[in-house]
Amino acid sequence: MTDSESVLQQPKTPKSPEIKLHEKSLSRTMIIVVFASLVLITGYTLTHLDTAGVQINVAIKELMTTMNQMFLQPNAGTDGLPLLLQALGSSVILSILTTIIGAVFGFLFAVLASKNLTNAYLGASIRVIMAVVRAIPTIIWALIFSIVCGLGTTAAILGLSFHSVAYLTKAYSESIEGIDESTIESLKVTGAKFWVIVFQAIWPTIVASFVSWTFIRLEINFANAIAVGAAAGAGGIGYQLFVASGMSFDFHETGFIVYMVVLVTFVLEFIAVKIRRFYLSR
Amino acid sequence: MQSPVKYLSRKGWHQTAIIAIIGGIYVFGSWILNFDNLNGLLAIPKAFAWLGVNFRPNANTMEYLPRILQKLIQTVLLAIASTVVAAIISIFVALLGSKVTGINGFVQTIVRGIASFFRNIPLVAWSMILLFSFKQSDFTGFLALLLMSIGYLIRAFMEIIEDEASETMLALKATGASYFQVIFQAVLPQILPSILSWILYMIENNVRDATLVGILTGTGIGFIFDIYYKSFRFDAAGMTVLAIIFVVIALEIISNQIRKVIL
Repeated sequence: MTDSESVLQQPKTPKSPEIKLHEKSLSRTMIIVVFASLVLITGYTLTHLDTAGVQINVAIKELMTTMNQMFLQPNAGTDGLPLLLQALGSSVILSILTTIIGAVFGFLFAVLASKNLTNAYLGASIRVIMAVVRAIPTIIWALIFSIVCGLGTTAAILGLSFHSVAYLTKAYSESIEGIDESTIESLKVTGAKFWVIVFQAIWPTIVASFVSWTFIRLEINFANAIAVGAAAGAGGIGYQLFVASGMSFDFHETGFIVYMVVLVTFVLEFIAVKIRRFYLSR
Repeated sequence: MQSPVKYLSRKGWHQTAIIAIIGGIYVFGSWILNFDNLNGLLAIPKAFAWLGVNFRPNANTMEYLPRILQKLIQTVLLAIASTVVAAIISIFVALLGSKVTGINGFVQTIVRGIASFFRNIPLVAWSMILLFSFKQSDFTGFLALLLMSIGYLIRAFMEIIEDEASETMLALKATGASYFQVIFQAVLPQILPSILSWILYMIENNVRDATLVGILTGTGIGFIFDIYYKSFRFDAAGMTVLAIIFVVIALEIISNQIRKVIL
């Protein structure tokens, strides 16, 4: 009796186990290590940056003047609107053309490279080749082809297509590898041939992600078409942009071209969203 | 009610029409651009034969190697630095602009607009106007990559916050935690792995883009490739390309390993 009373009157403070706010795990350590090393590298790079003796405040003031000319007083400059529109059109067509080539060949290679469809050796060798092709920047592809075909559209088309095919092969084959194994098995059991399986089982399953990846690539290709036009002299709006900003220093025209390009990318994004929604809702 | 036969014939029609439209666009496009498909196709084996002969590094190429490696390391460091700085800026802007953590509708709209504007201004334009004020220096390349990355990362981070953090945030809000407690205790820890994954992707991408920026602004690996290429020292140019391939693939493998652990 006395025992229990004393317990009631003076309860021992319960010792709760210490609550761990963060569970220790490999992934947490990894995140911290990676972030720390990235920040260290950044710190090192920024303190050892070669600024070529440019005075930052003067340069920023100059940049502001340039930006003011670009964004607030754009005009078509000496080239005139018709020429710029024509150049813009050819860049858009260039990107559409290379995306079509990329989609067709990318799908073929993706089917041959997917782990659940082909034998391991063929798949692995295609994946390795595509990884190498993807590692070389588009601009270098365009420069390489321009030696054989001469500077111009053909080199640009081939250069852009190479990178597109490699990129889309990876994207599509990842979607194909996400397909449920049983779908393919059940068609194989019926004795369906390889291409029948591809077009009756695989294609309908991945069509939505196929469409979204293709449109993502279209946007990338438009950006790349401009880059190739500027740095490899392949024509189009990129070349006009390069001439206006790097040779004639007409920043009013540069601004005008930038606005045109931004407008086109907005339109492409809008169309992509609409078409993606259509395919996802089916 | 549709009979299966009718459905199939309709499906057939639908597909034929789409294929015809895409084929039509292709033919029309080739015609407008004067693209000779046959010659283009023939150029591919020719280009590779040429590459095999001229781009093959030989014994003399080794003397270029130190310089190539130095520029390559510089480029990778620059790509990492620009991505990290862009990520730090973007995470704050994304917190202000996302639908979940954002201040109000007006700020959200503005942030979205700025992000997509930055993203869509061509890298060429950034490089050239920065080159005009900041001259031929690594800093110019850094700024061009930084401005481009900010546009991409703001959008990516906003989507991550909206997808992943909204439930945790609600849970912590319900306990009466303040705004900053919610941000630092719930939102940021929750989204950290996805953010790191995006940063790694952006670094890979920036190494590739640095080549373009380098050609235009005269910095890093792009500049050195351009010099060798234009002075017909193709063996050295080939060596540069091999070095780029090596670094990009190495980065890809490293980031895939990191992703496997953290995600």
